[in-house]
Parts: sequence; C-alpha cells; structure tokens
Amino acid sequence: MSNSHMEIKELKIVEEAKKPLSMNPKKFALWLFMVSVMMLFGAWTSAYLVKRSDAGWAEIILPGRFLINTIIIAASSLSLIIAYRAARKDNLVLLKTGLVITFLLGLAFVIGQILGYGDLIRLNEYFTGGSVSHSFIYVLTGVHGLHMISAIIFLAVVLSDAFRLRIHSKSMFRLELCSTYWHFLGGLWLYLFVFLKLYP
Amino acid sequence: MATTQVTTDTHLHADAHGHEHEHHEGNFWTHYIFSQDHKIIAKQFLFTGMFWALIGGVLSLIFRLQLGFPEMNLDWLKPILGGWITPEGKIDPEFYLALVTMHGTIMVFFVLTAGLSGTFSNFLIPLQCGARDMASGFMNMLSYWFFFLSSVVMFSSLFISTGPAGGGWTIYPPLSALPQAIQGSGLGMTLWLVSMALFIVSTLLGGINYITTVINMRTRGMSFTRLPLTVWAFFFTAIIGLLSFPVLFAAALLLIFDRSFGTSFYLSDIYIGGEALPHTGGSAILFQHLFWFLGHPEVYIVLLPALGITSEIIATNARKPIFGYKAMIGSMLFIAILSFIVWAHHMFVTGMNPFLGTIFMLLTLIIAVPSAVKIFNYVTTLWKGNIRFTPAMLFSIGLVSFFLTGGITGLFLGNAAIDIQLHDTYFVVAHFHLVMGTASFFGMVAGVYHWFPKMFGRMMDDKLGYIHFWITFIGANLVFFPMHYIGIAGFPRRYYAFTNFETFGGFSDLNALVSAAAILTVGAQFIFLFNFFYSMFRGRLAPANPWRATTLEWTTPRFPKHGNWPGEIPAVYRWPYDYSKPGAKEDYIPQTVPFSETPESNLPHENELIKLEGNGHTAIVVEGKH
Repeated sequence: MSNSHMEIKELKIVEEAKKPLSMNPKKFALWLFMVSVMMLFGAWTSAYLVKRSDAGWAEIILPGRFLINTIIIAASSLSLIIAYRAARKDNLVLLKTGLVITFLLGLAFVIGQILGYGDLIRLNEYFTGGSVSHSFIYVLTGVHGLHMISAIIFLAVVLSDAFRLRIHSKSMFRLELCSTYWHFLGGLWLYLFVFLKLYP
Repeated sequence: MATTQVTTDTHLHADAHGHEHEHHEGNFWTHYIFSQDHKIIAKQFLFTGMFWALIGGVLSLIFRLQLGFPEMNLDWLKPILGGWITPEGKIDPEFYLALVTMHGTIMVFFVLTAGLSGTFSNFLIPLQCGARDMASGFMNMLSYWFFFLSSVVMFSSLFISTGPAGGGWTIYPPLSALPQAIQGSGLGMTLWLVSMALFIVSTLLGGINYITTVINMRTRGMSFTRLPLTVWAFFFTAIIGLLSFPVLFAAALLLIFDRSFGTSFYLSDIYIGGEALPHTGGSAILFQHLFWFLGHPEVYIVLLPALGITSEIIATNARKPIFGYKAMIGSMLFIAILSFIVWAHHMFVTGMNPFLGTIFMLLTLIIAVPSAVKIFNYVTTLWKGNIRFTPAMLFSIGLVSFFLTGGITGLFLGNAAIDIQLHDTYFVVAHFHLVMGTASFFGMVAGVYHWFPKMFGRMMDDKLGYIHFWITFIGANLVFFPMHYIGIAGFPRRYYAFTNFETFGGFSDLNALVSAAAILTVGAQFIFLFNFFYSMFRGRLAPANPWRATTLEWTTPRFPKHGNWPGEIPAVYRWPYDYSKPGAKEDYIPQTVPFSETPESNLPHENELIKLEGNGHTAIVVEGKH
C-alpha cells in the first residue's frame, strides 16, 4: 500500500468541537474567594440585625476616625485606578508612584483602624465584657482588617514586580488580580461602614 | 502524536498553565505525598476518608453496645478505652456524649464531605471534563493538607484526658461555650473548633477549585449540556459549600470568642453553682440560625455527590440514557437553592414564630418535589434496561431505595406540628441516617467499586462485592428501620441509658436488635476493606473501559500519568448518555465519537450539526501515526 494512500485514508472531516466559553481560572477563583468572604460578612451582618431586634440592644457610637479611614481607603482605590491606567499606557513612573501611594494609604487605613479601637475604648465600647453590639464592631473591623493586611502583602508583591519592570501593558495579570481584590475590600469596608451607621 | 487541530489558543494564561505540566516525574515525595496531581490527591482523600469511616463506625459500635445491652460488662474494652470504662464496667456517661459527638462530626464532615466530595470531585472533574488537572494544582494540594491537619487535630482530641468534644455535632451553646459545663466542653471542644476551622479552609480551597475547573477548564465541545451528571452534582455541591461553609466559620469564630475571650454573642443569664456568669445579652438561638444555615445545605453537600455518582452508574449499567437529563440538572439546582431557605425546620421547637414556622415548613416540603423527580428518573432509567448487576450498580440502586425510605420520613419531620412530637427522638436519627447517612455512604461505596479500575488499574472482586452489598443493605435496614418505632415511642436521642424509664422497658429487645445489626453492618465493611486492598495489588487487570462507558475518563490509558492524556486532550461531540442508541453498532457511543462517524444512529437534529462545507462548523482532522 502506498504511503499517500494511507494519508488520504486518515483524513477525516468531522464537525468542529467548539471551545467552551471560559475565563482565566485564577481570576475566576479570586472571584469565588470574594464570594466566600461576602458570605462570611453576610452572616455576621445578618446576625447583627437579628440580635439588634432583641431587647436590650446597646446602640453603638462609631468614632469619627472611621469616617477618615473610609476616605483613606476610597483614596487608595482611586490611586490604584490611576496606577492601573498608567500601566496600560506603559507609563511606568506613574505606575510606581500610584502603587506606592496606594500601599501607603493601605497601611494608613490599617493603622487608622487600630487607632480607632483606642477611640472605641475611650467611648467605653469594649470587645469583651460589654455589650454584644460593641463586640460586633471589633469582629467586623478586625476580620476586615486581616483581609486588608493580606491585600497589602499582595500589593507589596505587585509593587516589587513593578520596580523590577515586570508590570506593563503586556503583563497586567497580577496587577489585575490585585486591584480586583483591593477594590473589593474597599467596597466591603464601605458596606460595613454604611451598615454600622444605618443600624447603630 | 496526533496534533493538527484547527483551534488556536487565545487564553494565554489559562492554557499555558493547564497544558504544560504534563508528565513530569518527581521523586517519591512530590509524587505520592505532596502531589499536585488531582488523581493522587483524590486517593489521599479516599484513604483518609476510609480511615475516618473506620473510626466513626467503631465509635458508633461502642455506644450501640451501651444502648443495646445496658447491663453488659464492658471491662474487656479497657485496653482501648482505659479510664473511660468506669470501675463497674460501664462507659463513662460523659464519654458516651463524646462518642456520639465524634461519631456525628467524623461521619458528616470527615467521611461524607471530605471523603466523598474530596475523592470523587477531585478524581472525576478533570477526567470527565477533559482537563489536564484542576485549575490550581497547588491549591488542591493545600486543600488536602489542610484537611490532613484538621484530621490530626481532631484525632488527637480523642486522646486527651478530658476527652473529645461532647456537645453534639451541632455544638449548641451554651453547653459548648462554657468549658466548665462538662468535660467535653473543655479542651476537646477547643480542638474541635480549631479542627473545623482548618476543615472549612480545606473545603473552600477545594470548592473554589472544583467550580473554576468545571467552568473554565472543559475540553473542546464539552458544553454544559454535555457534562456528565456526576460533574453537575459535584459542581452544585461545591457552590453550596462555597456559600455555606463561610457561615459556619462565622458562627464558629463567634463561639471561639465567647469561649476564650469573654464576649457574649451566644450567652446570657447563666448561673453556675448559684453564681451569675458575667456574660449578658447574647442569644443561643442566634447560633442555631447561623449553624443551620450551613447545617442544612451540608445535608446536600453530603448527598448530591452520591446522587451524581448514582446517575452515572445507573445509566451505564442499565445501558440506557439517563431518563430526564435536564430534569435531573434542574432538580439538583432546585434542591441546591431550596437548601438555603429551609434551615429553620431544625428549630421548630425553639419558640419561633408559628407563622415563620409555617413558611419554613412549606419550603421544606417543596424539597420533596425535586427529590421525587430524581427517584422517578432513576426508576425510569432502570425500566426495561439491560441491567448489569455489578456491585456498583447494586449499591446505586440501594442508594435510591434508602433515599426513598429515608426521604419519606422527611415529610413527617418537615411538618412543624408533628416535629414537636418527634423532635430530638430516634425518629430523627433514623430519618437522617437513612436519607443522608446510609444513602450517601452507598453512593460513596458505589463510586469506589465503579471507578476502582480507573484509580488502580485493577478490578475489585465481584463476589465479595455482592456479599458486602447484601449484608450492608439488610444490616442498615435492620439498624435504622426499628429506630423509627423507637422514636415514635418517644426515645430521645443522646441519652446515655433508658433503664430508669418504665415506659421504655418494652423496647429493650428492639434496641438490642439494632445494636446487633450495627455490629453486623460495620463488620461487613471489613469485607470491603479486604477486597479493596487485595484488589489494589492482586486484582484482575482492568481493561481500558471495563464498564463500556461513554465518558472521557475511560479514554485515558490504564495508568494515566499527571496530565491524564498522553497526547492531545480528546474533543467531545455528544452528550454522555448515548447508551443503546437505536441503529448504533454497539450499545454505547463514547463522547469522543463525532456525529459524522455515526450516520447510522444520528437523529435529525444531530445530522444538522454535521452540515459540511464552508459554514465554519467543520474541521479537518489529520490523524498521524501514534
């Protein structure tokens, strides 16, 4: 049997198997992680509302510092957006500046939250031994703060990438992941802040 | 290598990662211990799950001895239990509570969540979707090792002097929140909480991976309507877990704060020895709400994978397409949604608003509809099939039977009025052991029998499988059926002994029967263990596709390496249930066979799919020499 004959025999015409719709798995996994974080805080804020409807609820007073912190975290999201846009346009100086500012604002937020605990104590709102409502403030801000610290570490990694010129318009992946997470935590804080203001 | 497919990869990151790390050989440690291969991780989950099943089973026998034969002298258990046997030769009552607690915890979380989902989601999702591995092999490895760590913590709590947690697997405060309440609320409970926190991390890491893999890593042609029902079930299970386990974490963290830091989320107005505790303003009911928001979905986390496995095994061994494929998916989706809005039916006796109770009752009873759809579809799939009674098939049919007998009593318990009578009795114990315990266990065992050839390249012994099935099936019925009567008679769960109650005297024979049957049933599992380990090394060599099944995992070599397929990942052209298709040459058509190759059996709409020439729906495949 000749060789060419073989080849023709092996030529098949079949319908095309379509590539299923998909996105980057890592990005998708991050979104799922954020869903689980939302469920965590959803559980606590629901528990808060249920508990609040009970008799004997001591209304909380949020120290003014938390408003300042809210502004800080909003500003950090803004500077991250600027950095992100700069990276897409390969404006590396602006990218680095934006990331450094975001990093510092993130640190400022966490430190501000810790100082906020001092203010809470001065207002006689304690984590333990006092009212449940006060304990809730610590749990909500504390766990959010832990997530914030993880985001700051992530941002530090991205920052070091940026200084080693590994982030530019053709290599945006880590920055994308990091900004998604960062904005999510900013949004989450905004939610918690407004929630605590609305339902003291 | 056969590689001239026309499609090009545009998803750089995804596929660059997903396709490159095929066949790299590591040393013993990277290959068997810290493996990132989903098949090895699945086996790690399976072995750990089997270990826990053994522990959980033996624990249940110890307390069944106490319940069935309250007069028995248990001194002979001293070598194992030591000080937990009192000088009179009885089980220490507080240890009895710990036994019940640990049996529940181990079986629900470590065996039927990690052992079942961990094994089969890991093993089957990439193989049946046509992926080289999970979306993130590293996260998958972490998922197992968090589970391992959690297991170590839980296991070590069995050996501490105050004993393991004793507050029931639901760990209701205030009992669980006050270390001074019973011994089992001391260090044992702390370890329980630490272990569960690690367990939740493991479940979330696993679940995120499963969902991501199903959505993003399917092979060409594997649309959602061509996914096997196993994958659908694992997918829904992972979504339920992702949404509910964080809530358990939230509940557990507040409990940890109450126990160890002095907050009062769940505690209020408690007096111990005449002294008021400083905790005020908390609510124990709040914990129940948070707990059951996980607790009820957890039932379906346990059950859905077993149902998925059953769908696959019944269709394959009845040699018929699954009846109502889309109805099966729809009912699983419906069950998954409903599972989140019925949690308060566990709390009818907490003094909740009767109107609210009625709403939860209504939602609960609606679950009967998708469940009945599933049972109906299993039966109609079997109807007039060329049934092959393999051990896997027997266990799957057994699952359907238990799902029905156990599910029926759910209708009673879901009624708020009847639940007040039956709450916390053995009726409840019988109900959930049948519908979620035994049924899921049967699904798990069926899965092991069915996919053993793919896991270990050898066949399990059929005859031992039959013996295992019949003893387990009859035994489990003998254990749980009489429990309904015991429950209706009013026996409360978690009681150490009933000898002090005159009314219960007439039921002691029944309790003894239950205990004897339990010993028989657990004993029969050793047949399975023997079969499992013997076949692993000495079993008959398995052919590539021993069950003549259609799904993708059977297109891999007998010992698939990391990466699963040696060449290109096969593409998929049809749904997974083309069994006994009229006109077809054989009684099954694998998913990898294009419609253009089976003109004899194509339906009109399938012929539409192969319209040739120039419309972009065709591809030319040149197969080179392998």
